[in-house]
Amino acid sequence: MNNNIKFIKNSIKNGKRINGREMEQFRDVKVEKGVVNTAEGSARVTIGDTVVLAGVKLRVMEPYPDSPNEGSLMVDLEFVPFGNPSFETGPPKPEAVEMARVIDRGIRESKTIDTEKLCVKAGEAVWSANIDIHIMGDDGNLIDAGALAALAALEDANLLGYDLENKKILRDEKHEFPISHKPVAITVVKIGNTLILDPSLEEWKALDARITVTTMEDGSICSIQKGGIGHFTKDEVEKAADMAIEVGKALRAKL
Amino acid sequence: MSKVGAPEKLIIDGKRLDGRGLEDFRKMDADVHVLKHAQGSGMFSFGATKSVVGVFGPRTFHPRRLQKPKEATLRCKYFMAPFSTEDRIRPGHSRRGTEISKVITEAFSSVVIVEGFPKSGIDVFIDIVQASASTRCAGINAAAIALADAGVEMKDLISSVAVGKVDDTIVLDVGKAEDNYGQVDFAVSTIGGSDKFVHMQMDGVVSREEFSKMLSLAVKGCKQVYEKQKEVLRKKYGGESNE
Repeated sequence: MNNNIKFIKNSIKNGKRINGREMEQFRDVKVEKGVVNTAEGSARVTIGDTVVLAGVKLRVMEPYPDSPNEGSLMVDLEFVPFGNPSFETGPPKPEAVEMARVIDRGIRESKTIDTEKLCVKAGEAVWSANIDIHIMGDDGNLIDAGALAALAALEDANLLGYDLENKKILRDEKHEFPISHKPVAITVVKIGNTLILDPSLEEWKALDARITVTTMEDGSICSIQKGGIGHFTKDEVEKAADMAIEVGKALRAKL
Repeated sequence: MSKVGAPEKLIIDGKRLDGRGLEDFRKMDADVHVLKHAQGSGMFSFGATKSVVGVFGPRTFHPRRLQKPKEATLRCKYFMAPFSTEDRIRPGHSRRGTEISKVITEAFSSVVIVEGFPKSGIDVFIDIVQASASTRCAGINAAAIALADAGVEMKDLISSVAVGKVDDTIVLDVGKAEDNYGQVDFAVSTIGGSDKFVHMQMDGVVSREEFSKMLSLAVKGCKQVYEKQKEVLRKKYGGESNE
């Protein structure tokens, strides 16, 4: 364990975060929509010095055989090499794959996108929405920032027209993009026996365990992922769920 | 948005489609030392879901640049056999496999003692040979007894189960139809039958109250799995029950 991590753990044990924040206090959160004009929808989210850019692109594909009248969704996440000196080029690391899949499930399981409305012609053509998340600056709490950026980009997105006969996307036609929920991911980090929110990069490196709880506007939970090598007791999981529901409301209001 | 082929109901008169009660497991089967060429091995099944695990190590770890100077590196790899499902699975890398391998490695890192084995590695290979829901749970359960079989030092075993929500009802040990057409799949793993969660993945919408109920059922289920794991290890290696 390096000295930095020891220091962070010790100070949290004594009731203090190195950045002076309260245990459950978030940094300033900013959401800007419509920041990339080549994307069907886009958003930039900043949480302190963490900067995340998300863009939605649409394409038309053949539907999957078990859901002939439903479009599809795909989330990808990339650690852009200038986002953190430790990010490297090359195929996605397991960390990036996990984050993308956690964000994907939050949107998918909450049925935020009405996939039936992404159908062009049943059995023949449906829209596939790709949400790509670029981590432009990493100062921790990437899952929360990425999930918020993905949702904001979806809210910003337009559905396009499609000429089925000539198999051509009509980019001048703009329709409402069918989304109906606002799932917000909150990651609760355990350092020692203390639960904190919105970890900075230094705190992220010192975590024992983390749990990401994605909640909906009615207070229900639509996705959970635990990570890290430590454990959460049942009571801690219950507490994390309550924290995620409560703080999720504040973050949702930023959209 | 019902899927093609979805049954109208998954629970009829308090019974599930395969005849189980809400808190019944499918038949659990387990064995250890099932592979001749691995240092330690185990098999675990929930009904038609079957996982075989082989363990090596502590042994020399490659690549060398990732060796840790003071301890062993634990690496779990989860993969599904191409013939384990109705539609063949393309062998090799998958994003799903990458994620599951990562969370399983983290789960076992909380119990496996890596200190005292500098520059070495412990490899756990989790093969799903037959898939019928809850595959990662069967894999984790097999991996725990395989690690014990290999003589790898652990603080305790890890036990895993999937709790679900189908037809607005909470059920234990999610089966195939329930996984495909149900509302929620919640896979968890705990240490040694306790309420300490080292792995937890949930997909699907639950209310806050339902979530608490599912957590309690998950703890109870993991405890039953833990008993099964201990039973099979005792059968192989003897030793008294410590209850």
